Amino acid sequence: MSVAPPKMLATLRVNGAEIACAFNPNRTLLEVLREDLALTGTKHGCEMGHCGACTVLVDGETVLSCLTLAVECVDREIVTVEGMAGAGELHPLQRAFVECGAAQCGYCTPGMLLSAAALLESNGAPRKSEIEAALAGNLCRCTGYVKIVEAVALAAERMREAAHA
Amino acid sequence: MPEIRRVSTATNPDTGAAGTTAAAAVSSVARPAAPVHARKPEGFSVAGKALPRADSYAKVTGAAIYADDIALPRMLFGKLLRSTQAHARILRVDCSRAQALPGVVAVATGEELPVRYGILPSSPDETVFAIEKVRYVGEPIAAVVADDELTAEEALNLIEVVYEPLPAVMTIDEALRDASPKIHEESRRSDNVHKEVHLEFGDVEAGFAQADAVFEDEFFYEGNTHAAIEQHAVVADCSADGKITIWSSSQTPHYLHRIASAVLQVPASRLRVVAPPIGGGFGGKTEPFPHELAAAHLARKTGRPVKFALTRQEVFYTHRGRHPVKMKIKTGVKRDGSILACRLQTWLDGGAYGSYGVATTYYTGALAPVTYKMGAYAFDGCRVYTNKPPCGPKRGHGTTQPRYALECQLDKIAGALGLDAAAYRKRIAIDPYSETINHLRVTSCGLRECIDEVERRTGYSGRHGALPRGKGIGLAVSAYLCGAGLPIYWNPMPHSGAIVKVDRGGGVTVYCGTSECGQGSEHMLAVVVAETLGVDVMDVRVCAGDTDLTPVDLGSYSSRVTFMAGNAAHEAAESVRLRLAQAAGALLGIAPERCGFAARRVFDVGDPDRAVTFLEAAQAAEARFGTLVGSGSYTPPANLHGDFKGSGVGPSPAYSYTACVAEVGVDLETGEVRVERLTLAHDCGRALNPDIVEGQIEGSAYMGLGEALLEESAFRRDEHKIPNLLDYKTPTILDTPHIDAIIVETDDREGPFGAKEAGEGPLNPVIPAIANAVADAIGVRVYATPILPESVLRALDASPSGRLRLKSAPSPVPV
Amino acid sequence: MQRLPPFSYEPARSVAEAVALLSKYGADAMPVSGGTDLYANMKQRLFAPKVLVGLRPIRALRFIAYDDARGLEIGALATVRDLAESEIVVARYPALARAASSISTPQLRAMGTVGGNLCLDTRCNYYNQNLDWRAALGFCLKNGADICRVATGSRTCLAVNASDLAPVLQAFGATVHLAGAGGERTLDIAQFFTDDGRNALARDAREILVKIALPPAQPGTRSAYRKLRQRASFDFPLLGVASVVRLDAGGVCRDARVVLNALGPRPVEALEAAQCLIGTRLEPEALAVAADAAYKVGKPMENAGTTLAYRKRMLRVFTRRTLEDVAGAGAPA
Repeated sequence: MSVAPPKMLATLRVNGAEIACAFNPNRTLLEVLREDLALTGTKHGCEMGHCGACTVLVDGETVLSCLTLAVECVDREIVTVEGMAGAGELHPLQRAFVECGAAQCGYCTPGMLLSAAALLESNGAPRKSEIEAALAGNLCRCTGYVKIVEAVALAAERMREAAHA
Repeated sequence: MPEIRRVSTATNPDTGAAGTTAAAAVSSVARPAAPVHARKPEGFSVAGKALPRADSYAKVTGAAIYADDIALPRMLFGKLLRSTQAHARILRVDCSRAQALPGVVAVATGEELPVRYGILPSSPDETVFAIEKVRYVGEPIAAVVADDELTAEEALNLIEVVYEPLPAVMTIDEALRDASPKIHEESRRSDNVHKEVHLEFGDVEAGFAQADAVFEDEFFYEGNTHAAIEQHAVVADCSADGKITIWSSSQTPHYLHRIASAVLQVPASRLRVVAPPIGGGFGGKTEPFPHELAAAHLARKTGRPVKFALTRQEVFYTHRGRHPVKMKIKTGVKRDGSILACRLQTWLDGGAYGSYGVATTYYTGALAPVTYKMGAYAFDGCRVYTNKPPCGPKRGHGTTQPRYALECQLDKIAGALGLDAAAYRKRIAIDPYSETINHLRVTSCGLRECIDEVERRTGYSGRHGALPRGKGIGLAVSAYLCGAGLPIYWNPMPHSGAIVKVDRGGGVTVYCGTSECGQGSEHMLAVVVAETLGVDVMDVRVCAGDTDLTPVDLGSYSSRVTFMAGNAAHEAAESVRLRLAQAAGALLGIAPERCGFAARRVFDVGDPDRAVTFLEAAQAAEARFGTLVGSGSYTPPANLHGDFKGSGVGPSPAYSYTACVAEVGVDLETGEVRVERLTLAHDCGRALNPDIVEGQIEGSAYMGLGEALLEESAFRRDEHKIPNLLDYKTPTILDTPHIDAIIVETDDREGPFGAKEAGEGPLNPVIPAIANAVADAIGVRVYATPILPESVLRALDASPSGRLRLKSAPSPVPV
Repeated sequence: MQRLPPFSYEPARSVAEAVALLSKYGADAMPVSGGTDLYANMKQRLFAPKVLVGLRPIRALRFIAYDDARGLEIGALATVRDLAESEIVVARYPALARAASSISTPQLRAMGTVGGNLCLDTRCNYYNQNLDWRAALGFCLKNGADICRVATGSRTCLAVNASDLAPVLQAFGATVHLAGAGGERTLDIAQFFTDDGRNALARDAREILVKIALPPAQPGTRSAYRKLRQRASFDFPLLGVASVVRLDAGGVCRDARVVLNALGPRPVEALEAAQCLIGTRLEPEALAVAADAAYKVGKPMENAGTTLAYRKRMLRVFTRRTLEDVAGAGAPA
């Protein structure tokens, strides 16, 4: 490759683990996650911010990894779909997506899950309109969004019940 | 939210249990006494249950490996150089500077892969890279593989292409002109017509002459594209022994296998195609593409694995999406609305290559009569070449556009004759177990029940024509195939094959060449096998879409998998079940016929407490018969269609039926249409998994909404105007209305456990239902899709009565 | 995958450091905050700076502050989401909160900054395309060619300012504060934009936008913003109309501003429309007259979604509706 500036060494905190890596400054978080760290659960459908498939959490906020440089994420907490499930146990959102049939082709699913996770972090009892607003940056081409909204509502309900228990 | 969504309408031929209506049984015309597949009188244990999809666990955890997730050691990255000219002669392609760029490993151009191919044997008009001529902006000319994608991209800029520009043909009208520049010189015609079809059933002119009223309308259906979220990707590898493996996001690994063998000049036995899970297809990944063939070629050339992952713009260029179609429809009716004659004419803008276009052309005529009785029917279809990315099949393949025209015209007829549009459609609806005017065999048919359901849920009949100005309600219906009755390349072999293996640990594996593109095909196979063998769905492992390991299935298109691969898997499982029953029967001391299978047990149907476990049965059977493997295959019956040229497109072993009601609000100042609710009732035969069926109905409704209001393949001068997901408007969650999906169950006698399709059919009525609702809301009609705000305003402006509330059309044209 | 071209990345920890880096690298460098516009444009090879100066670490510029004397101050690195959710903005400058919440998607509102939104590169559907697309159709003024594809006779680039915030800020009489090597300077926001889409900001390449200031909200002030778009999310405005009025205790309009955007390189203030409102009680007739006046000054081109004729027609409707919003409750539903 021509005129590539040298790689930078950095430590990224991904799904709770500190990972030392080296990347060029023009590498997006999406590229580093998928291609350097083999975290291919993060998908991409445009790399231009037009679809939301590459959504991950950075410091708890939904971020498009295609329009974020990896270098901008140093010292920040990155969560991908691989980091949602606990040891041997699905996140309530993941479980609800399975049970409601909210994942068809599954390609928008990781991004949807993380957008939904960010919502439930700040709003444990979202109305339907609030779920829709939170998912307005994630395109799905399979489901008509119906079962996705049902799944998020179901997961929220279960998380509230678990919190009360 | 949860209301009872399933409606059982048919009579089960085995149990004789009557449903809500007996339509399916009563009007039986040509019904054999015995069903093709034996049913289980004790009912189903897993079929029909809303079980979680086995493949969804991997999808929600990010563990599912799609084509672009594959990375192999020493893998190279490829990029395609694409034409910047819509129509030009290629005078020179010079790759020397690209080849010399550090990091570039190989380049390839047209002369290396000169074999012409086409997904249909009748249209072998493509090559991997353009040779001599380019025919659309975006057509591949050369490929580069390099150590990384940026270097490959940089190398593309170093390839010099010298063009001699030719005038581009960009519209149907231009293409029909004799003097238009020829896009395919080898065509013997003087215009750019690719395929012309003329069919007539009965005497249409006589029908018009006898009609009390004749209606003539013109409609235009705009092209649009699949826009699956996953962009096409492929990885190819060539091992030291010369065997090539292609992992590709393909809905049709078998066709890729066939054509790659021909194009690469490699025996099919030295070629393996694997379809990993696909991130959405909708018909957009159903034929071999240049990036797939180039990857295989360059893997062979370099001896290293090669990946091509298309950008979104390249996906728009690859296209094969919905054809733009101009339509004329002329219908002669009696005073009560009965259709005496109908003539449908279609002109399809095919883009630069054939693709499935010959089939698409026939499909624009084939399915209109599958919903309605007609006295006579004529169809004239014409597909033209233009200098645009090739069109092909998209969900509803070729039937979507004429369905829009027909259902809009029927509303006009109902209005003019003062008929309730729902009752009218029910009156002229095709009967179950009958034959259409174009000689298609109809089996189970829940069309009337579907209309009843949406009518009941929405109160359509009382509200249509009675809502305040700006509010509208519209109805439309449709029918769709459960797989094509004939293969796309002529051969007498099965359309689907499956192998079921039971291991001595009690595990079950089904092998089948289908590919999972999100529709739930793997789950459907697992349900059929689990139901047959009485095990849990999660006990069944599905190995799909691998030409080395799985028997051929023609692919995930034409809504064929549940029906055809399902039947093949059922037959395979039955063959194993027979041996299991013999072994278990011996253990239980009963005849094999008395063995029932459920809940991982094999039991005496006369005394269900007497049982062995499935595992015991499996081990006994393996001890007695050896390795437990059964195979099955499915070939559609031969009696599905008439005997005339062109009769091969349209026949299907069964048809699904759908009715849709759309409720809209129209802003009369801005022309913006807001769909408030879509209610769909779909006859899918028996729902093997109602959650999946609902998901297919909901997704179809959503996709139809996009086609009705937002999505269009737009061109600026001679290139795609909006090849990105920001400007090409797929509906967001906020644009998607409330969708009610109602399952109407018939029990198709040939479907696996009575099942038919659900993946495509429900899309078709959505567009005309919305169009009819908009017409109801504003009193005038927009005769083209998508129904854009500016079109609504134009229609209102142009109509002298448009600004008045006009609830019924003017008098019909007198004959 | 669409990838970024090579560059080096220099994070700035303070305004001074940012300005020093920009001065050091001159034309080779560009500042970046949220990156949502810049990275997408770079991926399309619209430009390829050798150095990106990252502003994100300048934490001090992420603030929203209000006091009754000085008014509202928005740090350039406040995110669009910060603005949309700011209680004071929602209460005192509702049109601004509404405009912010209408921008793109939740993800991009969390990533994108207020300063970045004001500094959006102008957009044109002949320009915001990949390199090979532009090569196929022919380059344009904004690409260094000598012809505008939208209006072949035009000497200037007609690409549009697609910021949702700009027209609202202008209607509120905002000022922008720029920091450069020579210190800070303040511009009326109307002066911040130029008439040429090639170089649509009056920002020197070595300056950064640090702050936007709005005068205190006067009693009786009402504001509204509406945007025309095809989808309820993701889309840039095809037309944005901001209206701000001040009514006296008797309900008579004493002050009014109507600003139109997404028509050309800069927001257009419909001065006559505002004049039509002053002295009225915002009766429907007055609103209609004002909407007609706005219709006359807005001149869309065929370079964004839908059609020129439709966007032009919607000028009147959208202007009147924002005025109905302010005549009614003060904020649209």
